[in-house]
Amino acid sequence: MKPGTRLKSAVCDAEVMIIKIGDSEDLTCGGVALATDPASAEGNPDHMHGCLIGKRYVNAEETVEVLCVKSGDGSLHYAGEELMTKDTKKLPSSD
Amino acid sequence: MNIALFLQMAAEACPDRMALTYSGKHYTYSELYHAAERAAALFISADVGSVALLDVSSPAIPIALMGAAMAGKPYVPLNYRLSQAQLDPLLERITPTFLIHGASLSQPDQKSGRAQLSTDFLDHVMEVERPEIEWAEDASSVAVQLFTSGTTGTPKAAILRHEHLVSYILGSVEFMGAMEDESTLVTVPPYHIAGISAVISNIYACRRIVQLPDFAAEAWLSLCETEQVTSAFVVPTMMSRIIEHLIETGKDVAHLALTAIAYGGGKMPVPVIQQSLLRFPNVDFTNAYGLTETSSTITLLTPDDHRAALATDEAEVIARLGSVGKPLPSVEIAIKDDEGLICSAGDAGEIYVRGPQVSGEYEGRSVLDADGWFPTRDAGYLDSEGYLFLSGRADDVIVRGGENISPGEIEDLLHELASISDVAVVSMPSVEWGETVAAAVVLAPGKTLSEAELKDHIRSHLRSSRVPEAIQFCTELPYTETGKLLRREVKTWFSGDAVE
Repeated sequence: MKPGTRLKSAVCDAEVMIIKIGDSEDLTCGGVALATDPASAEGNPDHMHGCLIGKRYVNAEETVEVLCVKSGDGSLHYAGEELMTKDTKKLPSSD
Repeated sequence: MNIALFLQMAAEACPDRMALTYSGKHYTYSELYHAAERAAALFISADVGSVALLDVSSPAIPIALMGAAMAGKPYVPLNYRLSQAQLDPLLERITPTFLIHGASLSQPDQKSGRAQLSTDFLDHVMEVERPEIEWAEDASSVAVQLFTSGTTGTPKAAILRHEHLVSYILGSVEFMGAMEDESTLVTVPPYHIAGISAVISNIYACRRIVQLPDFAAEAWLSLCETEQVTSAFVVPTMMSRIIEHLIETGKDVAHLALTAIAYGGGKMPVPVIQQSLLRFPNVDFTNAYGLTETSSTITLLTPDDHRAALATDEAEVIARLGSVGKPLPSVEIAIKDDEGLICSAGDAGEIYVRGPQVSGEYEGRSVLDADGWFPTRDAGYLDSEGYLFLSGRADDVIVRGGENISPGEIEDLLHELASISDVAVVSMPSVEWGETVAAAVVLAPGKTLSEAELKDHIRSHLRSSRVPEAIQFCTELPYTETGKLLRREVKTWFSGDAVE
């Protein structure tokens, strides 16, 4: 897993792109490991808060960061910790 | 990691939203995405090393850019103003290429690869069956190769990899940040970095792009009106022409939907931005500074900074109208002197920049230093609060008897005179000083100004070394199409006999 890798959820439509990844590769959606081509699986009901296209998700230490490129029903976890949306500073458009 | 991901996301999140308007015709994100897929299939089957585009703005631009990205081929937009003799060596450097070109342009002499008219290309990608394509996913592959304008010699080929452009977009644009009724007017030519970043940024923001291939103030204003344009990017010469047009015609702009104008690509004279703020009181102005090698914008002077400068009598805040603002959150700026030491606030030196969007690479040769800093060759300084001021190209600095003189400082001062409409200060050879100061001046219509008056104005504000030793009055100054002053050409006006 390196920055730029695209991963799919096994439990929903969600897809993410890795921006930054720490030592662990324990990245899940809906409680099931994200993978490039996962077999469909049943999600963990406690991990189904959804993820939204265009949002960036990080852990508290910001050692891991992913961009959601397709929305889904599962929520993202890294090494057991639920990822949160990253607040980015809104900049005026310059292009 | 591939810039085409941004178009895929837009097509996923809002497939039926208008993505592009050209000559009254509209394209949705879904249409644009599928056209890019077909373009990618075409480029892959053509077995070429790159995709070149030699034409004015049209829907072929975003489709070729995104199609080339999916196909994993560098996209190379070429300057359609170049002569055949200038173009041939550039095409030679990228052969074999898939060349998409305009009808009015002479068919380049191509030894290998393929050539197609933009209109034929567009017909093809809007019509054929949807292909199955495998995306290129190497973040370190080349997304865009841009030949620099060559104002200082042979054009260099600047390389931007997917990772640089992706970092720029993720660091500066919010996905789907635009409302459905927002649109932006793009008038910068497609071979300019601002023309490329405009496509990628606005697709990621899901903001409709309205293309205007040939800039004219009247056409720009009328398109703002008919297409209900809400934002625009202009180079300083375009802004001056818009203001001149408004003054000449007495037109009112209060009814326009325009809420934001960003400007960049060259130095904006302070009187022009002051006029713009007065003429467009409801518009947010943003000044963006960036280079090809930095994937576009690296610093921003925000609308709040503009308003603060108008509302105060604090000299340092007013002066910021002439600044390019502060770095983006993901970008670092440092000013270094000739010895490579960091300059303190207020001291001019060369501008260095560092960050994930900075490529600093020319055809495989990186000019980044060991710590990742890119030397921009632009000269400038930071004020006490970190606002960046540009004082010209490092190569433009006039070295008079060991003293460094920035042309920008003298030009800014002369722009204050109502009798001067444009001015360029350059170095000229001097027997006594090595180099000395020369000025080319364009007078405002109906105004007069003597050499003595001009010199007195400078002498009363700056050290006497800044007073030009030669002055030429002319009808206009030479600019590139994107508003970059051709100093090299102005210099030749003074290259005759050295001042004794």
